[in-house]
Amino acid sequence: MAAHNSVHAGHPEGFKHQFEDMEQQREADSLGMWIFLSTEIMFFGGLFGSYIIYRTLYPAAFEIGSHLLEVKFGAINTAVLICSSLTMVMAIRSAQVGKRLAQVNYLLFTMFLGAVFIFIKLYFEWRHDYLEHLAPGLGFIVRPEWGTAGQHVPMFFCFYFFMTGLHALHMIVGIGILTVLTIMAKRGRFGPEYHQPLEISGLYWHFVDIIWIFLFPLLYLIGGRY
Amino acid sequence: MSSSHVVPVKTYLMVFAALIFFTGLTTGVAYIDMGAFNTVVALAIAVVKMLLVVLFFMHVKYSTGLLRIIAFAGIFWLAILVTLTLADILTRHWSPASTTWGLIVPGLRGLF
Repeated sequence: MAAHNSVHAGHPEGFKHQFEDMEQQREADSLGMWIFLSTEIMFFGGLFGSYIIYRTLYPAAFEIGSHLLEVKFGAINTAVLICSSLTMVMAIRSAQVGKRLAQVNYLLFTMFLGAVFIFIKLYFEWRHDYLEHLAPGLGFIVRPEWGTAGQHVPMFFCFYFFMTGLHALHMIVGIGILTVLTIMAKRGRFGPEYHQPLEISGLYWHFVDIIWIFLFPLLYLIGGRY
Repeated sequence: MSSSHVVPVKTYLMVFAALIFFTGLTTGVAYIDMGAFNTVVALAIAVVKMLLVVLFFMHVKYSTGLLRIIAFAGIFWLAILVTLTLADILTRHWSPASTTWGLIVPGLRGLF
């Protein structure tokens, strides 16, 4: 143990020996996260690709489906996520300038905003859609006023539930990661020299934010609201 | 450089304000009839918002070239996916196709 400690004596906490210096370690960490995010782009890309195909094939049904969603909840949730992205970068910045308490508070606030998003999604939207018989496979009812396009409206709601569902799943994973980070931050693990776990988790959190930035217009604002 | 780049709080706040502004804008223009341009404008605003998040919140503006290439590659591959998909779907009715195709695939009925 004594020998082990002496090996670590010459460098800041969190430094891993395979790297030349802290700078190189930071770059390698971010690069790895970005490669993961590239695979995530492809993961969601498959859904976006099929969305494009079916929206092109059934534009009328997608417009009917989109108009059954509440724009206000989509817009509020966009704002909530943007706020959470701001608190996330502020948490990282607090670590960079060595403020431990601010770090913990910003992380807690980011988690809170993430939970608000999930709550609005689950309670005001999914629950409401289910009760309105708009959940495919769970008692979906095609309304006569939709006309001939009506039979394809369930397709829109399949995309709606799968895309927002996969996004919400990423949010829940993100909140889990933030929980671990908050505990680490509280124990004083992050500072000006070492805060890579915060940085790369931030990349993930912002990526999930970007997915929603595209989902909002693609699901809620089809064909205009005039 | 011993520590990572510290971005001024003012920059973050300005990016945040711009993102909130564009969210309001994209919601607002959805209520104006612009025909096919509604979708174009909505997507253009989404791309601007994405760039703001990627460049400032995800620190790509302050990153090395290698990292920028990886970030760009992901988006570029998605662009290939979307472009080739649309090139297929939007041009199917250009060439003469057997009318029986529409009978086999109900969704394609309108295209042939």
